[in-house]
Amino acid sequence: MWKHIKDFLKQWRKNKIGAIGAVVVILLIFVAIAAPLIAPYSPREMNTIRRMEGPSADHFFGTDRFGRDEFSRIVYGARVSLQVGVIAVSIGVLSGLVLGLMAGYYGKFLDSIIMRFMDILFAFPSILLALVVIAVLGPSLTNTMIAIGITNMPVFTRIVRASVLSVREEEYVTAARALGLKDVRLLARHILPNILAPVIVQASLALSGAILTEAALSFLGLGIQPPTPSWGSMLSESRRYMELAPWTAIFPSLAIMVTVMSFNLFGDGLRDILDPKIKV
Amino acid sequence: MEIREYIIKRILALIPLALGITFLVFVAINFVPGDPVRIFLGIEGTEELADQIRQQLGLDQPLLFRYFSWLGQLLQGDMGFSLLTRLPVSYELATRFMVTMQLAFLGIIFSVSLALPIGIASAIRQNTVSDFFIRIFALIGVSMPNFAVGVLLILFLSNVFNWHPPIGFVNLWDNPIMALQILILPVIALGTSMAGSVSRMTRSAMLEVLRQDYIRTARSKGLPERLIIYRHAFRNALIPVLTLVGLQLGYLLGGAVIVEQIFSLPGLGRLLLTGIHNRDYPVVMGCVLVIAIVFALVNAVVDILYTFVDPRIKYQ
Repeated sequence: MWKHIKDFLKQWRKNKIGAIGAVVVILLIFVAIAAPLIAPYSPREMNTIRRMEGPSADHFFGTDRFGRDEFSRIVYGARVSLQVGVIAVSIGVLSGLVLGLMAGYYGKFLDSIIMRFMDILFAFPSILLALVVIAVLGPSLTNTMIAIGITNMPVFTRIVRASVLSVREEEYVTAARALGLKDVRLLARHILPNILAPVIVQASLALSGAILTEAALSFLGLGIQPPTPSWGSMLSESRRYMELAPWTAIFPSLAIMVTVMSFNLFGDGLRDILDPKIKV
Repeated sequence: MEIREYIIKRILALIPLALGITFLVFVAINFVPGDPVRIFLGIEGTEELADQIRQQLGLDQPLLFRYFSWLGQLLQGDMGFSLLTRLPVSYELATRFMVTMQLAFLGIIFSVSLALPIGIASAIRQNTVSDFFIRIFALIGVSMPNFAVGVLLILFLSNVFNWHPPIGFVNLWDNPIMALQILILPVIALGTSMAGSVSRMTRSAMLEVLRQDYIRTARSKGLPERLIIYRHAFRNALIPVLTLVGLQLGYLLGGAVIVEQIFSLPGLGRLLLTGIHNRDYPVVMGCVLVIAIVFALVNAVVDILYTFVDPRIKYQ
C-alpha cells in the first residue's frame, strides 16, 4: 500500500503542470475550510460609509456597493463553489455508478432502457439541462447541486457501463460467479474496484465543469441566492456599477478562472497517471 | 454499410431521440410544484372556475394522454400561448431563433478560424516561446467562462476606450456591418472557450500525427514542409478536432443562453430565461425543445461529416 502511494507521489513530481494544479487545488480546499480564519470580515457585513472603495490595506480586493469586503466574499465564495462542485459531482458519480453497473452487468432490456434515457439526457447542452431542472425545482443551493448532479449523470453512466462491459468477461469475474457469489457482492467486491480509475479521472475533470455551471447559474440569478456569496452572482451584480468599481468584476472572474484552471490541470495530471491510455 | 445507408439510418435515429426529448421536457414541466391553473387565476379565482379551466385545458386527463395530445398539437406547429405576452409560442420562437443561430454561427467561425492556425503553429513550433504563449492563451480560454469574458470585455472597452457595445439587433443579411458591430463582442465572449479547447486538441492531434511513419516517409521523399503539414498531417489530425468541434457546438448553444443575457440580444436564450423567471412554462418548453433538437441535429450532421473527412471509418 505504502509503495503504491510512494509511486503515485513520484509520478506527480514528474508531472509538473499537474502538480501545480494539485497544489492550487489543495490551497483552495484550505481556503474554503479555513474561510472564517482567513476572511478579515463577515461576507455579509455591510458598511455603507465605505461603499465601492478600491483595493487597499483594509480591503485587499476593495468593497462592493453595500460596502461589503470583496476579499472576504471571494474567500467564502470558494467554500460555496467547492461545496457545490463536490456534492454535484458526487451525485453524478453515485447515480452513474448505480445505473452504469446495472446497465453493464445485467445488459439486455435494462441496459437499453437506461442507456436510451441517458442518450436523451445527453441530447441537452448541460447548462440547458441544468436550467430545466432549476425551472422545475426553483432556484436554491440544494437544487443547484441536484441540477448539476443530473447533468453529470449521463457521462458517468456511460463510462461505468463501458468499463463493466470490458471487465464482465474477465476470468476472475467468471471464477467469482462460479464460486456462487451473489450479484451485489460480485459487483461491489470484484467489478467496482476494477472500474474506478476512469471514474476518478472523470470526476476530477467534472469538478471544474460543475464549478463553472454553478457560477453560470448564479450569474443568471438561478443558482445560489443572495446574500450568500457566490462568484457567479458577485460578477453578475458587478455589471451594474463596474465602470465605477471595476475590481468587483475583475476579482470574481479571476477566482473562477484560477479555480477552473487548477482543477483542469489537476484532472489532466490525474488522468496521465491513472489512465495513460486516454492522454489528450 | 454504404455511406448513404448510414446517413439515412443516422437521420432516422433522430426520430426516437426527438420523441424522447419531447417526453422528458413535457414530464419535467408537469412536475413543477404548484397548480398552474391556481397560479394563473391568482387568489381571486374560485375552485369551480379552476375546475372548469382544468377541464377545458385537459389538465384533468392522465399524463400520457395529455402528452400525446400535446405532441399532436406540436407536430402541427402549435406550441400554445405565452402566459406573459399571450402571443403564440411558435411566433415568439420564430422571431428569436435566427438571432441565436447567427450568434452561434459566428461563434463557430470565430473560434475555429482562430483555433486551427494557432493549434497547428503551436504543434510545429513545439517547446518554443510561441508554443508556450499559445498554450497559456488556450488554457486561459478554456478556464474563463463566457460570461466572465463578456463582462471583462465590456469593462475593458468602456473604461479604456469609452466604447459601449451598440444595443439592439440587426440581421446579418439586412445590414452586415451594423450586425457585426453588435455581435462582435458576444461572438468573442462565446467563442473564446471553444477556441481554447479546439486549439489544444489541434495541437495534440497534430503532434500525434507528426510522429507517424508516413510523415517521416513524406519528409524523406523531399516533399515541401507546407504540403506535409496541410495535406498529410492536418487532414489526419482533423478527426479528433472535428469530434471536439461537434461536442462544443452544444456548449456553444448553451453558452448563447448566457451571452444573450449579458449583451441584451433578443435570442432564444433570453426568451428562455425570461420564461423561467416568470414561470412562463409554454415558452420554457418551446425554447428547450428547439435548442435540444437543434443540438441533436448538429450532432447528427457532425457524425455524417466524418464520412467525408475520413473514408476509412466503417459504420455500423
